[in-house]
Amino acid sequence: MEFSYSSDQEILRQSVRDFAENVLGPGVVDRDEKEYYDPFTFKAMADLGLMGIPFEEKWGGAEMGMLAYVMAIEEIARIDPSAADTLSAHVSLAAFPVRMFGNDEQKEKYLIPMATGEKHGAFALTEPGAGSDALGMTTKAERNGSHYVLNGRKIFITNGAAADIYIVFARTGSKEEGSKAFSAFIVEKGTPGFTFGKYERKMGLRGTQNCDLIFEDCHVPAENLLGEVGQGFKIAMQTLDGGRIGIAAQAVGIAQGAMEKAIEYAKTRVQFGKPIAKLQAIAFKLADMAMEIDAARLLTYRAAYNKNQGLPYSIEAAMAKLKASETAMAVTNQAVQIHGGYGYTREYPVERMMRDAKITELYEGTSEIQRVVISNSIINR
Amino acid sequence: MKVLVCVKQTFDTEAKIELKDGKIAEAGINLIINPYDEVAVEGAIQLKEKNVVNEVVVISAGADKAMDAIRTALAMGADRGILIKQDTAADEYARAVALAAVIKEENPELVLAGHVAADDGSSQVPTRIAEILGYPHINVITSLEIADGKVTCSSEADGGTQVTEVSLPAVISSQVSWNEPRYPSMKGIMQAKKKPVSTVDAVAADNKIKIVEYALPAAKQAGIKIEEDPDVAAAKLADWIMNTAKAEIKK
Ligand SMILES: Cc1cc2nc3c(=O)[nH]c(=O)nc-3n(C[C@H](O)[C@H](O)[C@H](O)COP(=O)(O)OP(=O)(O)OC[C@H]3O[C@@H](n4cnc5c(N)ncnc54)[C@H](O)[C@@H]3O)c2cc1C
Ligand SMILES: Cc1cc2nc3c(=O)[nH]c(=O)nc-3n(C[C@H](O)[C@H](O)[C@H](O)COP(=O)(O)OP(=O)(O)OC[C@H]3O[C@@H](n4cnc5c(N)ncnc54)[C@H](O)[C@@H]3O)c2cc1C
Repeated sequence: MEFSYSSDQEILRQSVRDFAENVLGPGVVDRDEKEYYDPFTFKAMADLGLMGIPFEEKWGGAEMGMLAYVMAIEEIARIDPSAADTLSAHVSLAAFPVRMFGNDEQKEKYLIPMATGEKHGAFALTEPGAGSDALGMTTKAERNGSHYVLNGRKIFITNGAAADIYIVFARTGSKEEGSKAFSAFIVEKGTPGFTFGKYERKMGLRGTQNCDLIFEDCHVPAENLLGEVGQGFKIAMQTLDGGRIGIAAQAVGIAQGAMEKAIEYAKTRVQFGKPIAKLQAIAFKLADMAMEIDAARLLTYRAAYNKNQGLPYSIEAAMAKLKASETAMAVTNQAVQIHGGYGYTREYPVERMMRDAKITELYEGTSEIQRVVISNSIINR
Repeated sequence: MKVLVCVKQTFDTEAKIELKDGKIAEAGINLIINPYDEVAVEGAIQLKEKNVVNEVVVISAGADKAMDAIRTALAMGADRGILIKQDTAADEYARAVALAAVIKEENPELVLAGHVAADDGSSQVPTRIAEILGYPHINVITSLEIADGKVTCSSEADGGTQVTEVSLPAVISSQVSWNEPRYPSMKGIMQAKKKPVSTVDAVAADNKIKIVEYALPAAKQAGIKIEEDPDVAAAKLADWIMNTAKAEIKK
């Protein structure tokens, strides 16, 4: 077992860190306050090559592996959690299922442009009546000659109307078929019958875009079926297993950023005649932050390592996501606490970080759902 | 045309420097390419992109760790690297001798470097290299043009700019405002792995200087706060300036 980084990983971390601080950093407050997604963030990250980190060279990637990918997300999230989410929704949720389940034509047509960042991807599973319970999906796809005809509504979709390529899940079978009743489709923006609905106004992660996708007799070419008929639910779940590693990394990055701000503040804020960092009550909070973040980071790296090695990673990813998201929430909360009243104002970034952290406990499986996954694995073995 | 860029590995400019046993403690300090050298690397890569040069070689004299600085430059887009193994205690003279020996062998048309290193700040090495090799030298440049075997540079001069033209080969050292160095891209990092790097031992040269002692700057003194009505406060402040701070007042 080794706990060190390769020289490439060190260079990557430094490069992405400098990039995040200097290129993304200056606009973070504005994008949050005005609540808008700026396509510049995606373009800039794509130019640096972040969209292709884990994919093979022949599919337009850099072939650097999952650990490098999570390190990059972490560094982006430390400065701009919204940009980190734009990145991970694209790579983990849109490009990865094509990498794992697509045929060579689909990889050529969709994976390569997503890995290079020329095209922007999104993942559409959630519906008004199907959140944690994805099997409750009612969006339908019916075969009609050379096409599938999609009807239904997806909600909360990250990268929203900004994306070009959508991985859409729909019912293709009867109730009796259970989890085999669903299929996955690659849907291009501009396909007739595919439009956008309501845009969400959110607590945090306000630099990302989320909106409804509406399918009304939307004709999708049959060759855009991803995997096989009936494989949709499996594709969704395996995609989310990988996605959770990305969310874990995002949470670790947010927590790291908040801890750094808390340390900086505690060293300069003087009360009772000394910097509050000299008060044990504050110093111990910082100690707990450092420990929890490290624990979360190591769980995240292990999940990434397992995925990279082709080892089972579903439980590892659930644990990493659960631990990291709860750590992000606790650390940002304490970072606000250490900032006192100032932490509650928008003068200081910890207020935004706390709002940004909350989402990590919700999407790609809520904390309760992660506990369901983990407990099932230990009780029902 | 071949360009050779000298890069030095230095402490991260944000690192907190501490002394241990009278020496700078290196443990836990993040090492980076000297930011001035990074600008020189970027300048060289841009010349290659404009087809003015066809090979960018980076050289670094230092410990084995300096390989990371070379790798970073290769990830930015340089073609080849040479690590000159040398004791980090080598002074500017010994360092310049070691670098000049390799430069002479490589025989490039242009040598680029940062005009100063962010750590020791001595601003000597490029000038010494030029002197050893007998090449013309332009310092602190902010622009560079190559045509007809000549290089023309703008450089900072007191209160203005100076435009200088010299013939090649030449040693040119950069100011940070020359360009904005790129971040190593993911593809660049992977390609760098396949690029050749050679390691050579530094030619022997004894230091000409001996560092007697390192000391950290004195800690900043807390300011004073005078909380009185303006008429009283002004008098107190004047008294403090004259008698405590002992400022010299010129009439
Ligand atoms: C900003 C944002 C971005 C998103 N991006 C995407 C996207 O790109 N693509 C996409 O498809 N979806 C996306 N989503 C949807 C997200 O994945 C869902 O919101 C999430 O899965 C939870 O579903 P829900 O909101 O319907 O909550 P519900 O499922 O209604 O859950 C409500 C509460 O009940 C609990 N609960 C539910 N079932 C159980 C159970 N069996 N045991 C214990 N507790 C349970 C939950 O944990 C939660 O606390 C996004 C959501 C947001 C807010
Ligand atoms: C929305 C809002 C409304 C407000 N309204 C009013 C108002 O109407 N009137 C008014 O006068 N003020 C008001 N305040 C100010 C508020 O009461 C202070 O922010 C609060 O008392 C904390 O002080 P501080 O922000 O300076 O934090 P600090 O005192 O700097 O505290 C920073 C951190 O250090 C900790 N800390 C400080 N000293 C110790 C110690 N000895 N031991 C352990 N930990 C310590 C604190 O618990 C905190 O975690 C308001 C603040 C806000 C944000």
